Amino acid sequence: MPERTVVIASSSGLHARPAKIFVQAAAKQGIPIRIRVGDGKSVPANSMLAVLALGAVRGTEVTLNAEGPGADEALAALAELLSRDLDAEETVDG
Amino acid sequence: MAETLRGLGVSPGRAAGRVYRMAGPPLLPAPAQAVDAEPALSEALSALRATAAELAARAEKAPDTTSREILEAQSFIADDPGLHESVEENIGAGMDAAHAIDAACAHHRRALLEAGGYFAERAADLDDIRNRAVAVVLGLPMPGVPDPGHPFILVADDLAPADTVNLDPSVVLALLTEKGGPTSHTAILARARGLPAVVACRGVIGVGDGTWVSVDGARGEVETGIGEEAAAEIQRQASADRRRSATSRGPGRTSDDHPVKLLLNIGSVDDLGPAVTGSPSGEGPAGVDAEGVGLFRTEFLFLDRREAPGYEEQVAAYEAVFRAAPGGHVVIRTLDAGTDKPLPFLGLPEEPNPALGIRGLRVSRVRPEVLDTQLDAIAEAARAAGAQPWVMAPMVTTVSEAADFAGRARARGITHVGAMVEVPAAALRAGRLLNELDFLSIGTNDLSQYTFASDRQHGELADLLDPWQAALLQLIADCAAAGQAAGKPVGVCGEAAADPLLATVLVGLGVTSLSMSAPSIAPVRDSLAAHSLARCRDNARVALGADDPLQARKLVLPD
Repeated sequence: MPERTVVIASSSGLHARPAKIFVQAAAKQGIPIRIRVGDGKSVPANSMLAVLALGAVRGTEVTLNAEGPGADEALAALAELLSRDLDAEETVDG
Repeated sequence: MAETLRGLGVSPGRAAGRVYRMAGPPLLPAPAQAVDAEPALSEALSALRATAAELAARAEKAPDTTSREILEAQSFIADDPGLHESVEENIGAGMDAAHAIDAACAHHRRALLEAGGYFAERAADLDDIRNRAVAVVLGLPMPGVPDPGHPFILVADDLAPADTVNLDPSVVLALLTEKGGPTSHTAILARARGLPAVVACRGVIGVGDGTWVSVDGARGEVETGIGEEAAAEIQRQASADRRRSATSRGPGRTSDDHPVKLLLNIGSVDDLGPAVTGSPSGEGPAGVDAEGVGLFRTEFLFLDRREAPGYEEQVAAYEAVFRAAPGGHVVIRTLDAGTDKPLPFLGLPEEPNPALGIRGLRVSRVRPEVLDTQLDAIAEAARAAGAQPWVMAPMVTTVSEAADFAGRARARGITHVGAMVEVPAAALRAGRLLNELDFLSIGTNDLSQYTFASDRQHGELADLLDPWQAALLQLIADCAAAGQAAGKPVGVCGEAAADPLLATVLVGLGVTSLSMSAPSIAPVRDSLAAHSLARCRDNARVALGADDPLQARKLVLPD
């Protein structure tokens, strides 16, 4: 199964706005995506509650996996999102 | 038809309008037997979807970005596939729709609490979603602040911080609660927003939605069944009063020029904006003229930001306050958290009696590094801003605690070190504390709670928590006398300082500064300016001699 490991870059971690952006992006991929921290249990990436409960802060290494058509592209897009500081972008927008 | 209800006036001012009641969280009935799974599931999921839609609609109407994003996130959580899956499992296990929602929310709440840190603070979102969705299923009124579409007077059993975070003062004219005391959250919020409020007002919860009433927040009176025209006239007078008050300026003085510093209670630099710009706009806290900050509550900073406090963030936040404070004078209080005001990052275990447990300075017994980091950050911020902040610790109880705190602060170059007096043990030894410290600041809310063995939030015990109680005033008098003997300042920063009439009593007792939220400054300034120091001392003598708070107020009230 295709996997991607990425370090969370957002200053507030996978929480608040960054979590929302990530979960919405995962839901849009059209195939089931899962996310885990280290060797922990993987959880559906389209569930805000499950993603928050990971407790991933800035610098936490998370692993994404997906199965189905376009899995590699979906993972690349989501990994790119997590490697940006989405909180900093909020300030620019704001 | 007309009827007068009486309670405790905790925030002065008049208002009139129609009342609307806030519904409490829905209670679950006994679990249904033999649940038909398919309709139960569709009922539960449609309640969650309706909740998500309602929250999304409220998000669109939110007044600012922060509250919009909080509501959007809540709406998102109500639609969460993980939550829906748990509901489905619970119904599969034989639960009815309401119990399935309740249990699913409880399950995810626990998971967030286990994640800790600021993730744990999202747990409250699930409580709100649970209450809303369960109310939909049971056909009960939606909990939360009502939205009748016009300005109104809010009536509740009691108000919790979460109920009022988005309370819009341009829509809510006054607060009336059946329970609550002079130091309850309702009282503090009302004074902070400049809203008239009456608490412990028996029978007010029985006044029907839409009834016209008038409120006198100084006398604690609510008149029901007034006409719409009378209401409009009262509103006109009230806004004229507010305009007059907002233009009052200058340092605090009695009529014979005895100085009493009037200071602000703040939670972050945001609370200072209007006070500094000094541009009177006629309404609200804008243009308040204060002589500095008498209480900077640092924990509110951490709660607002939903983050664990890092050194650099703290330096920046403190420096901003030191630079923005009127006259550069800031009294900063070190973190006042504990098991009664939990901050998840502290990782404190639950306690059976949190008010008597690890809180305030006591947190430093188990997590000394939190206070050390905070003192480092205060010292660095003071250097950067070229300020000389006064630094005090909450919940100081003994002389050795005071000496230890003073040692740690002075080792970092902090020159003015003090303590909050909230525990009777500290008040009784005020003179000895001042051997170690440069100043004292009396927190009357907690000092009442501990002196009268009465929980601050306990509605049935409101009379015991009344700041006009003579035993409380006696402790304040003893602290003030110790300060005068040592030639060191002793201020009051509890809600008692915000009561214009009680302020004259406190000054008569020898208190040197009064610290309060911005809207109270002008009424307190006006009250002091109308009394000589001799009259203040008379008031103090009379209040100390009274056997109950109502009698004390009556004897001191000007004719």
